[in-house]
Amino acid sequence: MTALVETPVRSAGDVVARGRRRRAVRRAAVIAVMLALVVVLYVVSLVYGNTVYSLGEVWDVIRGETVPGASFTVGELRLPRATLAVLAGAAFGVGGVTFQTMLRNPLASPDFIGISSGASAAAVFAIITLEMTGTAVSLMAITAALATALVIYVLAFRDGVAGTRLILIGIAVAAMLDSVVSYLMLRAAVWDLQTVMRWLTGSLNNASWDQVRPLALALVVAGPVLLAQARGLTLMQQGDDSASALGIRVERTRLVAIVAAVTLIAFATAAAGPIAFVAFLSGPIAARIIGGGTSLMIPAALVGSLLVLTGDLLGQFAFENRYPVGVITGVLGAPYLVYLLIRTNRSGGSL
Amino acid sequence: MSDTLTSASPSTVAPGARSAATRTLWVLATVVALGLAVVASVAFGARVVGWDDVLSGLGGATDTVGEAAVNRRLPRTLLAILVGAALGIAGAVMQGVTRNPLADPGILGVTTGASLAVVTGIVFFELSSPRSFIWVAIAGAALSAAFVYSIGSLGRGGATPLKLALAGAATSAAFSSLVSAILLPRVDVMNTFRFWQIGGVGGATYSRMWQVLPFLAIGALLCLATARGLNSLALGDDVAAGLGQKVGLTRLLAAVGAVTLCGAATAVAGPIAFVGLVVPHLCRLVIGIDHRWLLPLSALMGAALLTAADVVGRVVARPEEIDVGIVTAFLGAPVFIYIVRRQKVRAL
Repeated sequence: MTALVETPVRSAGDVVARGRRRRAVRRAAVIAVMLALVVVLYVVSLVYGNTVYSLGEVWDVIRGETVPGASFTVGELRLPRATLAVLAGAAFGVGGVTFQTMLRNPLASPDFIGISSGASAAAVFAIITLEMTGTAVSLMAITAALATALVIYVLAFRDGVAGTRLILIGIAVAAMLDSVVSYLMLRAAVWDLQTVMRWLTGSLNNASWDQVRPLALALVVAGPVLLAQARGLTLMQQGDDSASALGIRVERTRLVAIVAAVTLIAFATAAAGPIAFVAFLSGPIAARIIGGGTSLMIPAALVGSLLVLTGDLLGQFAFENRYPVGVITGVLGAPYLVYLLIRTNRSGGSL
Repeated sequence: MSDTLTSASPSTVAPGARSAATRTLWVLATVVALGLAVVASVAFGARVVGWDDVLSGLGGATDTVGEAAVNRRLPRTLLAILVGAALGIAGAVMQGVTRNPLADPGILGVTTGASLAVVTGIVFFELSSPRSFIWVAIAGAALSAAFVYSIGSLGRGGATPLKLALAGAATSAAFSSLVSAILLPRVDVMNTFRFWQIGGVGGATYSRMWQVLPFLAIGALLCLATARGLNSLALGDDVAAGLGQKVGLTRLLAAVGAVTLCGAATAVAGPIAFVGLVVPHLCRLVIGIDHRWLLPLSALMGAALLTAADVVGRVVARPEEIDVGIVTAFLGAPVFIYIVRRQKVRAL
């Protein structure tokens, strides 16, 4: 058998197949490494803090046993916080990379084209003006984000939707919604700075299971739906015509992908605020690590989780003051954003 | 650019040409509109004031609450006029220099750059005098304008509207998160945060206006001086050079003028978006593409628009006030979307 594989005469198909296999192995290896990193950082977030607990104590808490001190600190504070970091990062990562792939432009992330702003504006309105809490806020955010996406899509529609027009209209809508957030925030700023900052840049402070649950549900429902569209979206990067020639139902794929991605972004925003740049950065970073040609959704989700976990650890412990995670990702993301702008504009490439 | 203008006035022979009578008429109409906006700005506000109080308040009396309110409305009206005019001219010049219908100080991230510079100055260099704010704001505006423009013009096709708008949106997002990072641990500076996040004219005082006035005047003069040059630039760099225009110099002077205007306006009123975008487009519709007419009319219309927007912000949410920066976002974004929809995709 081995002799057959190693015959000196190789057809072109053989070479292609071999390259494909090698890339698949590499991809699996990279994903495994990232997964391991997420787990390590997750455990570090549980163990490390003002009081450091042993792995054994943390494990006891997770199994539901009562450990003096640790039960509250780990079980009620660190566990939901770290879980929210992983889930929100993954949701932002997948949602972001879906838009970037679909619109063939790394700058077309939900951060800049109004989706996150829509969710933010609705959530802030619900919390400050309508005094809602918990699930109701999430529902408002998801409804508003979907409505925003729909409005942008409809406004951009003229003999089909052109990516450029959609992005530009998204920028204008985002500017409008951001001013709503700012206005509402000015009213709240007097009594609650924490809430304010959370909706400006995103934060995991005061994370609780009430915020984790809806987001987890959204990931379980919308995640697989989105992953099912991965192949179609990757093929659509070659252009709508080629994709439909290859048997992809283009409009249906696009619609399902938009709804699922917006759902994820909205739930994540409702739970943790619009954590700056995570949706935008995850896709390009994943593309650099893993190379093009394959679907970036799972790698981008892992990168998103890594970004939020790292950002939150840095924000809590690296400086004199405690910063919310969004400020850290925003500041770290800004130089990378500039680099990416320069690189994309020069090469004109997509991701 | 010329595409936009042709489609705006398909009926005329020479694109965008208007008779002197039409132009004068429109300028007069705008002056009247500005006058009405000013009257409204003094008469209407968060508090309802009778006409008697308005008149005596204008005379300087502050005996009743109503008269005092009218007295407070005078400086903010003046500031709205100044800032609106500055942003109107700056927008028209930026659209001319970049030959880009979507150019606007707010969208290109110039005002956010000014905000970041001022916040950095307050926190790290302990600036406190308003005059130093102005210098720092202008420097920040200039740096971010140069930055956004150079990023946006890299690569194929030069500075297309899409690349410029995305570069601007992304840069403002990056700058805003830097502003948050600087301000968050410093509650004392947080008090002025409001001012640097949303533009408004509510906190106007005469002394600050006096300090910013020379900068506005110099910027406006620079811009007006390049009006003829901007007309040639609209024909394309090669033709402009063939007509004997020093293309680089014109561009530089115009850009310095526009940046000075928005830097100074931001220093005194905070970031106000979309005025610089909307006003030149409206003006071009009615008066044509000659920058010698376009720039003064943009100043008048910008002043009228911002004053009116400020009145709207004060009246709709009584007894609270909506900052004028928010009102202009709601007025301006639909116009932006309209422009984007009207253009052919390829032209973007």
